[in-house]
Amino acid sequence: MIRLDRLTKAFGSVTAVDGVTMDVPSGAVCVLLGPSGCGKTTTMKMINRLITPTSGKIFIDGRDTSTLDAVTLRRSIGYVIQQIGLFPNKTIEDNICVVPDLLGWDRKKSRKRAAELLELVNLDPSVFLRRYPKELSGGQQQRVGVVRALAADPPVLLMDEPFGAIDPINREVIQDEFMKLQAELKKTVVFVSHDIDEAVKMASHIAIFRDGKLIQFDKPDHILANPIDNFVADFVGGDRTLKRLRLVKVADAMQVAPVSVVAGDSLETAVARMEANNHTTIVMVGPRGRARGFLHLNDIRGKGGVVGDHVETLPGLINVNDDLRNAVSAMFSHGVTWLACVDDEGFYKGYVTQRGISQLLGASYRE
Amino acid sequence: MTTSSSPASSYTSIVSSLALVALGAWAASSGLLGTILSYREDILYLAGQHLMLVAYSSALALAIGLPLGIALTRKPLRYHADAITQVINLGTTIPTLAVLALAMSFLGIGAPSAIFGLTVLTLLPIVLNTIAGLSMVPRYLVEAATGMGMTDRQILFRVELPNALFVILAGVRTAIAINVGTAPLAFLVGGGGLGELIFTGIDLMDTSMLLAGAIPTAMLAIVADFAIGQCQYWLIPRGVNPLR
Ligand SMILES: Nc1ncnc2c1ncn2[C@@H]1O[C@H](COP(=O)(O)OP(=O)(O)OP(=O)(O)O)[C@@H](O)[C@H]1O
Ligand SMILES: [Mg+2]
Repeated sequence: MIRLDRLTKAFGSVTAVDGVTMDVPSGAVCVLLGPSGCGKTTTMKMINRLITPTSGKIFIDGRDTSTLDAVTLRRSIGYVIQQIGLFPNKTIEDNICVVPDLLGWDRKKSRKRAAELLELVNLDPSVFLRRYPKELSGGQQQRVGVVRALAADPPVLLMDEPFGAIDPINREVIQDEFMKLQAELKKTVVFVSHDIDEAVKMASHIAIFRDGKLIQFDKPDHILANPIDNFVADFVGGDRTLKRLRLVKVADAMQVAPVSVVAGDSLETAVARMEANNHTTIVMVGPRGRARGFLHLNDIRGKGGVVGDHVETLPGLINVNDDLRNAVSAMFSHGVTWLACVDDEGFYKGYVTQRGISQLLGASYRE
Repeated sequence: MTTSSSPASSYTSIVSSLALVALGAWAASSGLLGTILSYREDILYLAGQHLMLVAYSSALALAIGLPLGIALTRKPLRYHADAITQVINLGTTIPTLAVLALAMSFLGIGAPSAIFGLTVLTLLPIVLNTIAGLSMVPRYLVEAATGMGMTDRQILFRVELPNALFVILAGVRTAIAINVGTAPLAFLVGGGGLGELIFTGIDLMDTSMLLAGAIPTAMLAIVADFAIGQCQYWLIPRGVNPLR
């Protein structure tokens, strides 16, 4: 979708971007990451031709952007700048409609869209449409900034540290909102950040820059698992393995279709099942398969009776859609080494163990 | 740069209105009012002339000053905005009388010299504030506008000017107040106006004649200032209007 071909920009003697080649597929969120001054902003501004490359080419949808009219090109690319850049003289409604107005859209249609877009980011249109930017909080302005870039439904979105100026709590919220939007809209996004956590959270691809050169371009999990050199390893941080936890879903790490018992089973049955599978615990499920409790082998060996009379409450449950970070965190907070995994309805789906997680992460280092 | 913020200038106009009322009361009690009113016809005629001078020179100053201020902030010149401002500031130190005298030496006696002099005088604050207003528009706004696909012209009219409007109008307000107040000097180059009553009054040591020129001049200045102040309040969108 967006292809950079040996892109280079020199400001006098400083080479801000040095022979960058990369290919951002359609629907990807590509985060340009790197220390200050490594050429992220310069790279991005060459895509919408705010900066003219010294050499190299940029193709969007196979077309060489230098052959297109700059103004037409920019109107087809959503742009969010770090300073948000809402126009103080325009209402929120008119700010959102800047590009639709430039494109000569029907007024009714564009204003209706502005209202819909505001709702998408949880701002009440009846309250905010007629306000001016100075009458909004920083977080609200940031949301409008993102929504404004989406107004004319451009296929490509450029965002230069769009969430840089807000406090960490609000930033998480807006990042989540953006991810939800993106899941629906599937834009091709180029996103500048110098926050590795933000990158890991948002990116489908990460491009790590250093001194204008593209050092590594890969999926987040690969970059965390196999940093190409010490620079990248240092940049992603010593805790990169912990960061990977966030990228793996519980569903992908759990043992599926485990054995279970129901309340009416005898303890002998329970013991037999555990021993047959080499387990020391077994989960008891309700009649329709919801996780209800568990039994420990040592507590019931040699005893008589039914499962229902000896069951203990589960120390913790984890949803299969959660990431491993939450799973590990739940294990630590409950002081256990395994968790039962359930789906949204509470049905027992499997279990994750600390050992299983370690093996999974370790495996990809050795691959 | 003159950014007359409103609280201060409305304070000034209240004070001057009070002074005017006090002056009127004193004039009435001392029987001066009657004498002043006897100049009614002269006052009306000369005030008309006065207004013409002000209107022509202000219109000319706006017509030249705004585009000039805009031109001086466009690409190649933008980087020299400070130097340009310095030169214009130097210009403001030339005494009005000197400008009028110079104008008279090549335009001759009469209204054209007066209008020329007043235009030059009014021009400077307008150009200065236009430059100041436009350079105060943050660069990132212009860049956001460019990045969203506005042409240079659209950026000027939809982003830069609206955001600079408050400062520009503050300059216009100051300029026109100065203009109305200085217009009596037009009489000295044969331009007519209320200056005729003022300066003749001074020559003849006739206080009532002097006041017959001075009071309407002051009133015109106050009315003009008030009118532009209202424009500033109502015409500038709420988002960029510190008064609202
Ligand atoms: N207009 C310019 N003129 C000269 N040098 C420039 C210009 N713009 C950027 N540079 C230089 O190019 C290099 C890359 O700048 P760039 O803005 O792309 O960095 P960045 O990666 O976005 O950094 P940051 O994270 O601080 O925003 C820097 O060394 C910078 O000083
Ligand atoms: Mg940058």
